[in-house]
Amino acid sequence: MNKKLNFECETGNYHTFCPISCVAWLYQKIEDSFFLVIGTKTCGYFLQNALGVMIFAEPRYAMAELEEGDISAQLNDYKELKRLCLKIKQDRNPSVIVWIGTCTTEIIKMDLEGMAPKMEIDISIPVVVARANGLDYAFTQGEDTVLSALVNRCPTEPNSPKSLVLFGSVSNTVTNQLDLELKKQGIIVSGWLPAQHYADLPILNQETYVCGVNPFLSRTATTLMRRRKCKLIGAPFPIGPDGTRHWIEKICKTYSIQTKGLLEREQQIWEQLKDYCKLIEGKSVFFMGDNLLEISLARFLIRCGMIVYEIGIPYMDKRYQAAELELLETTCYEMNVPIPRIVEKPDNYNQIQRIRELQPDLVITGMGLANPLESRGINTKWSVEFTFAQIHSFTNARDILELITRPLRRNKNLQKLETIKNYVYLSS
Amino acid sequence: MSNSFKVLQALIYAGPAHIGTLRVASSFKNVHAIMHAPLGDDYFNVMRSMLERERDFTPVTASVVDRHVLARGSQEKVVENITRKDKQEKPDLIVLTPTCTSSILQEDLQNFVNRAALNSKSDIVLADVNHYRVNELQAADRTLEQIIRFYLEKNQNSVKTEKPSVNILGIFTLGFHNQHDCRELKRILNDLGIEVNLIIPEGVSVKKLKNITKAWLNIVPYREVGLMSAQYLEQNFQMPFISTCPMGLIDTAKFLRKLESKLGLNLNIENYINRQTRFISQAAWFSRSIDCQNLTGKKAVVFGDTTHAVLMTKILAREMGIRVVCSGTYCQHDADWFREQVEGFCDEILITEDHTQVSNMIARLEPSAIFGTQMERHVGKRLDIPCGVISAPIHIQNFPLGYRPFLGYEGANQIADLVYNSFTLGMEDHLLEIFGGHDSKTVITQTLSTSSDLNWSSGGLEELQKIPGFVRNRIKRNTEKYARDNGIKEITFEVLYAAKEALTT
Repeated sequence: MNKKLNFECETGNYHTFCPISCVAWLYQKIEDSFFLVIGTKTCGYFLQNALGVMIFAEPRYAMAELEEGDISAQLNDYKELKRLCLKIKQDRNPSVIVWIGTCTTEIIKMDLEGMAPKMEIDISIPVVVARANGLDYAFTQGEDTVLSALVNRCPTEPNSPKSLVLFGSVSNTVTNQLDLELKKQGIIVSGWLPAQHYADLPILNQETYVCGVNPFLSRTATTLMRRRKCKLIGAPFPIGPDGTRHWIEKICKTYSIQTKGLLEREQQIWEQLKDYCKLIEGKSVFFMGDNLLEISLARFLIRCGMIVYEIGIPYMDKRYQAAELELLETTCYEMNVPIPRIVEKPDNYNQIQRIRELQPDLVITGMGLANPLESRGINTKWSVEFTFAQIHSFTNARDILELITRPLRRNKNLQKLETIKNYVYLSS
Repeated sequence: MSNSFKVLQALIYAGPAHIGTLRVASSFKNVHAIMHAPLGDDYFNVMRSMLERERDFTPVTASVVDRHVLARGSQEKVVENITRKDKQEKPDLIVLTPTCTSSILQEDLQNFVNRAALNSKSDIVLADVNHYRVNELQAADRTLEQIIRFYLEKNQNSVKTEKPSVNILGIFTLGFHNQHDCRELKRILNDLGIEVNLIIPEGVSVKKLKNITKAWLNIVPYREVGLMSAQYLEQNFQMPFISTCPMGLIDTAKFLRKLESKLGLNLNIENYINRQTRFISQAAWFSRSIDCQNLTGKKAVVFGDTTHAVLMTKILAREMGIRVVCSGTYCQHDADWFREQVEGFCDEILITEDHTQVSNMIARLEPSAIFGTQMERHVGKRLDIPCGVISAPIHIQNFPLGYRPFLGYEGANQIADLVYNSFTLGMEDHLLEIFGGHDSKTVITQTLSTSSDLNWSSGGLEELQKIPGFVRNRIKRNTEKYARDNGIKEITFEVLYAAKEALTT
């Protein structure tokens, strides 16, 4: 049995969302922001279709659509952007405008970082630049580019020594829950990046401890350490009761605090998960990989009793995820299951061949592949739901399993029906 | 040249060019498209798999443009991806599809195609579309013509079929009710004893394209896609075509008369029209019936692609006696034809790609009903005006499982239902308003108000408000029960979570 983690790398021909999708959840998280995506019709079409933004009356985001004149540099980029930003200021009066650079601005080398400081002065609104493009990043990494840009905007004024700032965009409910868990251990969270309002960005300096709640924030972590001299607490991520416990423990250790009642709390959550765990015990799962949450989710599912065949992942930062990888290894060892193969930049075509051979009980995949797999009798769960659902902290562990078991519960019922069993699957 | 090079917008009507090319390519049988695009641009696969509920893998892959490609050019990458796909899937044709990114990289994609062709069994074509010049619909039109041309230049079979036959051009994936329309067209042609030679591109093998010219006539139901191909076939193979869209009773009759005359046959068409209009379709009688008197002079706004907006305008005005206060389209490239068609059937014409102009127009005119795209449906929701969806862009609910054509005689029935239901709902709403109705909103707030012995802290209440309305009451009840059971007097958000945890076991 394989006892060590090993990492492979494939061709990178896989499906994922474009990182500009982070706009959809960040503009809702930072309530006084406005996101301006500087790109082409392709970007706009993606945002509108992928994220159902059509339903919002006036979303606090817009596209600055580049046309042929722009790319051949016939226009004065600065003048055009200023016109748009003034219009945004007039119509919406945001506290910050975030420019999202795309593939196109990258290729034509539009100097957004150079223009922003001048623009700030001209329009008297902070302008933050994030390069969330598909040339360099995948899906959730878009948030990473925005947060690392925001790091530079956090105030530096002195604060209490050893103050704790958490980073990662999660719903306000989840921030409350995590704050509460730490409060029970006597730790006060002094701020979140991002905060609900731009003005509430946390104070950062060399006295500050920082800890991430999401596995895709390696750039933000690096920026916090290098630019603001913050001290990073490397911990597994608070996903699943096991992850949450380790996350809290690691933070407490930094503060030399003896945790109280934490193991009992974890045990109590596991008790509540029993019925769901029974459904998935011994079942196998295959992560095709598209949102970087894969390692944490796999680790949690192994602890729940599942067997993970493969963890596809767009990008693997072994340093930022070190504690999480270690926990994955220990978990496999303790649960006495083989260590899954970790495939960076996977190749969807090859993965489908492997899925055919392995016939896993569940495949976690993108929406482009889910229906075709279902039609071949393979249970699937859309990976994107894990990005939008509340999956952090003790309280929400059950929600993860609710998602994971849904296809299994649904299909179990359906498959009892002879008609469905015989007629829905493509013969292969 | 205008001064609005950069457009500030949140929503768009027609998608980017490559979507059109991919829609056409993936509709053919055994054709694979390879996009030259950055990671994340293969969103088309999601749309096809989700909206069409497609059972098979979408035959589209990306040759990913990343940092390395940017620095050194695609070099061998595109060629490798083509030859690899050739071996994996053995398609008849591979369509290399440029995107906005490749348009500005200005790599010589044709050169890649030539080189890949040396080692591939499949035919390979570079889609001739420029992202910055054409939109989704124009690109689809262009790609369809390009593929047809490619195969006819290779080989053709110009012996006409013995019995009169037609090709139907422009039925393809993600089209608005295309599959149902196609079935309705086939039914009509079958009634008249006319054979369908080929339906292009949906489900047809490119190997069969050489037989296009065997048909006597081409039918182009939708103006947006197929017209270029029909014109090419007319010029080079003297094939006549009909571009009248048989939507609504009057235009269906017009279509049928053209069919008879262009085929040069005596099909006894007036008799057919008469019988179908009187007995198969209920739409003519329906608009005469007393119910429909109430619709007289009601105001409606129409917006969509050219085909559907034009015909909907005509149907409302001529066949149902409804006043179209404004008719519009987002197909700016075809604005002249649109104006010419709806002239005299509406008060105003609006040609724009800007959705805010459309919503402003709707707000200003305050119609009783809107017939538009999904975007107009959302505008309608905000303004409390009912909306029937008649054109792309569309959501998954516009891909119904049941039979819902818009064309032909059954289509006329469907449209009548759509129009009538939109307006009735509108009237119901007014009646409710006049008589005070059942204002469910106050009822909900009443049950939410804290009239118990328990005290909700402001933090707790705030948290409660974040819970979606339809479950909020249940959560509130459960939390209060939990608080009582545990002797808690004040409900904070901490209690709320504790209750959630306790009660989910």
